[in-house]
Amino acid sequence: MRFAVCVFPGSNCDYDTFYIIRDVLEKDVDFVFYDQKDLSKYDCVVLPGGFSYGDYLRPGALAAKSPLAEAVVEFAGRGKLVLGICNGFQILTELHLLPGALLPNLNMRFVCKDVYLRVENNSTTLTKKLDEGEILRIPIAHHDGRYYVPEDELKRLEERGQILFRYVDRDGNATDGANPNGSVSNIAGVMNKEGNVFGMMPHPERASEDILGSHDGLMLWYSLISD
Amino acid sequence: MKRVRVLIKPKEGLLDPQGRAVEEMLKDNGFEVRHVKVGKLVEMEVEEGEDVKKLVEKFIINPLIEDYEIEEL
Repeated sequence: MRFAVCVFPGSNCDYDTFYIIRDVLEKDVDFVFYDQKDLSKYDCVVLPGGFSYGDYLRPGALAAKSPLAEAVVEFAGRGKLVLGICNGFQILTELHLLPGALLPNLNMRFVCKDVYLRVENNSTTLTKKLDEGEILRIPIAHHDGRYYVPEDELKRLEERGQILFRYVDRDGNATDGANPNGSVSNIAGVMNKEGNVFGMMPHPERASEDILGSHDGLMLWYSLISD
Repeated sequence: MKRVRVLIKPKEGLLDPQGRAVEEMLKDNGFEVRHVKVGKLVEMEVEEGEDVKKLVEKFIINPLIEDYEIEEL
């Protein structure tokens, strides 16, 4: 399985993501730059975290109009795997590959801390190695992570099992106190209805080795690479 | 060429924490205000025949979360 890690001007989790794929998962991986258009040799494309184009206009808005983004849309259309982490998630919503949008955090602050996530659907390519209801501790680091979808769309996401993770407290309850940014229904990650495009605000690449304080993110990567 | 101004604001009904903070500040300073919204402004010069509406809707705003107005200057 061959990975591509997308690099836009202002991406800053690209090396962390590359490192986890190459050195921890021991898979083939290349950086692919914003002006490239060919993703034909890859099986999975990861859009990493950061501040592509300085978050100008809206987070992800300018990256979504780059040549590489066009290639990502075509790649996803062929049923290939796409994972967006943090800014990558914002880019995927701007591309309409994922439903909804990511608004400024309700408290208007940059929030950087570990959060607890509950696995809402474990029958997806990204979560199949996890148990439903399993609690993961993974860090977030964002200013614009307030997931928003209109109510009717939220209902459809729920019915189709497109909600991957919710922010919860240590005991697994999706309370207001456990919601770090004001996301609708405590949503931390979603997928498209075809089940090949995934987006999440938390950073699994920052929780994939014990030396980083948590390896809870590792099972997401293992899910991705296993049949 | 013509000069146009695009005014972008958070969509009606969507919680706007910046607008809320500014509203509270104004109230604290004795002003009677409500429905404060904080948005953005994009100004540009475009060719006379340019389809500004299309440009704005496709490349500048996100219709899920933003409303806009176009002013010709």
